[in-house]
Amino acid sequence: MENLSILTHLDYTLMIVAIGAALLGAVSGTLGTYAVLRRQSLLGDAISHAALPGIAIAFLLTGSKTPLILVIGAAIAGWLGTLLILSIIRLTRIKYDSALGIVLSTFFGFGLVLHTLIQRTGNANQAGLDTFLFGQAATILESDVLTIGILGGIAIVIMLVFWKELKVLVFDEGFAASLGFPIRALDILLTSLLVIAIVLGLQAVGAVLMSAMLVAPAVAARQWTNKLSVMMFLAACFGALAGVSGTIISSSASRIPTGPTIVLCATVVVGFSIAFAPNRGLLWDWFRHQRNKHNLKMTASNLLKQPQRGSE
Amino acid sequence: MQASETKAIEVTDLTVAYQDQPVLWDVDLDVPPGVLLSIVGPNGAGKTTLIKAILGLVRPAAGNVLIYGKSYEAQRRIVGYVPQRGSVDWDFPTNVLDVVMMGRYGALGWVRRPGKQERELAMNALEKVGMEAYTNRQISQLSGGQQQRVFLARALVQDATVYLMDEPFQGVDATTERAIVTLLQEFREKGKTVVVVHHDLQTVTDYFDWVMLLNIRRIASGPVDETFTPENLRTTYGGRVAFMTK
Repeated sequence: MENLSILTHLDYTLMIVAIGAALLGAVSGTLGTYAVLRRQSLLGDAISHAALPGIAIAFLLTGSKTPLILVIGAAIAGWLGTLLILSIIRLTRIKYDSALGIVLSTFFGFGLVLHTLIQRTGNANQAGLDTFLFGQAATILESDVLTIGILGGIAIVIMLVFWKELKVLVFDEGFAASLGFPIRALDILLTSLLVIAIVLGLQAVGAVLMSAMLVAPAVAARQWTNKLSVMMFLAACFGALAGVSGTIISSSASRIPTGPTIVLCATVVVGFSIAFAPNRGLLWDWFRHQRNKHNLKMTASNLLKQPQRGSE
Repeated sequence: MQASETKAIEVTDLTVAYQDQPVLWDVDLDVPPGVLLSIVGPNGAGKTTLIKAILGLVRPAAGNVLIYGKSYEAQRRIVGYVPQRGSVDWDFPTNVLDVVMMGRYGALGWVRRPGKQERELAMNALEKVGMEAYTNRQISQLSGGQQQRVFLARALVQDATVYLMDEPFQGVDATTERAIVTLLQEFREKGKTVVVVHHDLQTVTDYFDWVMLLNIRRIASGPVDETFTPENLRTTYGGRVAFMTK
């Protein structure tokens, strides 16, 4: 009897965790599509690292470990970090990659210092903050799933409402501006949606590897389609797949951090897509090359035969 | 006041600087309606910047731009823009029809999606530039000339009165060049005003009726036969180009 109840309890926990990871993968895959298309893959990395001090400050101010409060702290810090990067690029002569590097390392360093300070104080409540570094999906509760579902859902709905505007912004910013769309506001909107996706994933995947959850599903999806909407849908599916499989694998063995496992699963999807996708895949390329070579040889030998026939 | 309303584009005292380096210095330009005007000048002369400043895409340090006597913001709907082909990523996951329909996004306004009407306009425009066979083609599979014609079709569906084009002839094949020239002449017949950033000095007299010579400052602007003179060209290009006007 006792065994049975433990089993159902375990299954239930695992189910909650898997649902959370799936939602998370879907949200980050969808929003990561634009990050990849805008060549802003590294921006996700900067945002997730910049979010870390926000978590520590939120904890220091409230003394609470409630995920929603920590997520809000992370979002504010991540957003400030992003605005700082955008302002540095606009107002100084510092280039994009340097601005990213400066903000990423400064915020992350500050976050690490705060975490160490919190640990030194010996606050009994502090355990668990570490999960935000490497992620621990096992800590996902029903309430977290709800948070991810609602906030992620809102982010995706906003993106769908402004589909046309965001699409023209990403494809041709100058043209979008000439049409009268406020590109700076749209840029901030899109980046804010990215921030939401990232902070939602911090608990499960961790700050260090979260950007992979944005980039990997979208990169894999691009291999299979030439249509933006399909690419986004596929990225959501791949993200969910990586989330679920990574979670299940990491919870089957004790003390495997979930973040790295999910990222490894996503990498498998990317590897498969790069190798085997039609049209853009490596295997396809190889076949096309062989066929062209064959056809060329045929044409060449035909050309060589023709004058001989003429001379007979 | 009366005078400025009869000008399609009126640029006064326009100065643009990136950091402390002036890119355009005190530039004046009057473009009468129904004129095909080419902007020529050496690399770094500020040709693209001038177009972007007219469109409000770069903020001038000083100066003023009027389109038919009003600000660009007020006249947005009657202005069409063809950016440089190389300014976008042609590996973006979309097809030809979709890109052309973007020309209607401004008229559609916020949130509304393109529908049947926009699709029809886009198809007509693609036919005009000889690209009707490529409607559903992924844009990464287009040649340079085809990409340029897609951009022109996108400008066509904007149905503008004033067009600004940035190097539409850059690196295109003969077919595309002819298609663009035909289109420009059609625009002129309809009384539209077209400003084209142009590189090929040999074709200025054949394709355009007005010319502006630019090298950070405006050297000269006016009808081609009066303005496109060896002296003006020498001043513009600093005597580095040996060139015959005809």
